[in-house]
Amino acid sequence: MSEPFSGASASSSRTSSRMVADSEDISRALRRLAHQVVENVKDVSHLVIMGIPTRGVPIAERLAKNIGDIEKISIPVGSLDVTLFRDDLQMRPTKALEQTRLPAEGIDGKTVILVDDVLFSGRTIRAALDAINEYGRPAVVQLAVLVDRGHRELPIRADYVGKNLPTSLSEKVSVQISEIDSVDQVVIQSTIEQL
Amino acid sequence: MKHLISVQELSREDTVGILDTAIELNRVTDGGTKILPTLRGRTVVNLFYEDSTRTRISFERAAKRLSADVVTFSANGSSVSKGESLKDTALTLNAMGADMIVLRHPSPGAAHRLAHAGWLESSVLNAGDGKHEHPTQALGDAFTLRAHLRPGANDFAGLTIGIVGDVLHSRVARSNIFLLGILGAKVIVIGPPTLLPVGIENWPCEVSYSLDAHLPELDAIMMLRVQQERMNGTFFPSELEYSRTFGLNRKRAKELPEHAIVMHPGPMNRGVEITAEVADSGRSVITEQVVNGLIVRMASMYLLIGGDASVA
Repeated sequence: MSEPFSGASASSSRTSSRMVADSEDISRALRRLAHQVVENVKDVSHLVIMGIPTRGVPIAERLAKNIGDIEKISIPVGSLDVTLFRDDLQMRPTKALEQTRLPAEGIDGKTVILVDDVLFSGRTIRAALDAINEYGRPAVVQLAVLVDRGHRELPIRADYVGKNLPTSLSEKVSVQISEIDSVDQVVIQSTIEQL
Repeated sequence: MKHLISVQELSREDTVGILDTAIELNRVTDGGTKILPTLRGRTVVNLFYEDSTRTRISFERAAKRLSADVVTFSANGSSVSKGESLKDTALTLNAMGADMIVLRHPSPGAAHRLAHAGWLESSVLNAGDGKHEHPTQALGDAFTLRAHLRPGANDFAGLTIGIVGDVLHSRVARSNIFLLGILGAKVIVIGPPTLLPVGIENWPCEVSYSLDAHLPELDAIMMLRVQQERMNGTFFPSELEYSRTFGLNRKRAKELPEHAIVMHPGPMNRGVEITAEVADSGRSVITEQVVNGLIVRMASMYLLIGGDASVA
């Protein structure tokens, strides 16, 4: 924070935002991810897609639909709230819980693909792995993210990445998905300190 | 939210938030049987100045299900029985680094005093203070009612709930009346005038002295325990007469609507306020109430000490 000047206004920063992906970019990325999953997994009959709330869930649904369209089958989708498993809970205000819904088939012996909007520190995914462990024992767990913005704090990487987005720590990456935000786009917000 | 002392401090949004959290916790722990790492490294102290095995065990299990460290102080066999004051006990627990104190105390207001006297930094959860309140019991009952009668709803508008018996001595009744009021249900309190508190006309409920008159309109009926240990005054002539006038038996249960559920906070006096036949019948949700009490206690603990309250 800058020192206030005598008589000057207290405002000392402004935010700027730029769009780095629009709705077309997002759907192209999700189509490519679907093809990569099919190529990589081969037998999609044991596939389960688990979205991490909030925005991981609609992304997971779209990814599952794309895979289903390619392979002409219906892919089970679930949601996995990781809040109760986070290691940084006590550093933030209490958060309301989101829904956890396992597909009726369960996850035992399945190939589970975790889906999130942004991969950042990796702590959400670590918590998700703990959560998965609590609910069953998949044969394989993989990770798909729409945006990888770097700055990992744990040795975690994604198997499928929609877009690599090098960022600075002062920037904020906001993925907006039409099911929740009524628009599909990825925006980088940066705060510029001014004197 | 740092403390949970009284349901009267809750808004409808707070209440629904706790109930929604409880629904998710119920789902992810399979009814409270799985252990979550959520409160690992946090210390929950059960400070019980009154004997209450069921409530103490419920709080202990709730804390352990969330991986908290649990320390239990009972009045018997601790420094409390040597005459230590609440303040000195609080200072000791604070020095030991308790994140939450679950307090059961015979004096109304004890939990409020503990939370707000500036003795400690811990969160305080009221587990019953005299005749005043027992908020987690009422939240558990609201959870049960919601699951049976208004799944997923954000209020209880249109529900009529009868609370029958010894309201005078019952903190459970008091918490339930106010919480159901917050959720918008119509509450009818039914009992002998000697067992209704002074000033009840200012509570969010109707008062009646006849159980039979209201049975057909009740969506749920809560039978309160006749607290024999507190029956030192002459509140009613005989147990038999009480049971005939205000007890729930098969004949009365038949007068309830088809969908109505029967509740009791426990422990029951079978044959006094409720017959064994009704307590064991299909519409009785009494054992469910025990599980749901555990679940809302987990939810309350998560909401009070799960995150960093100073950031909120």
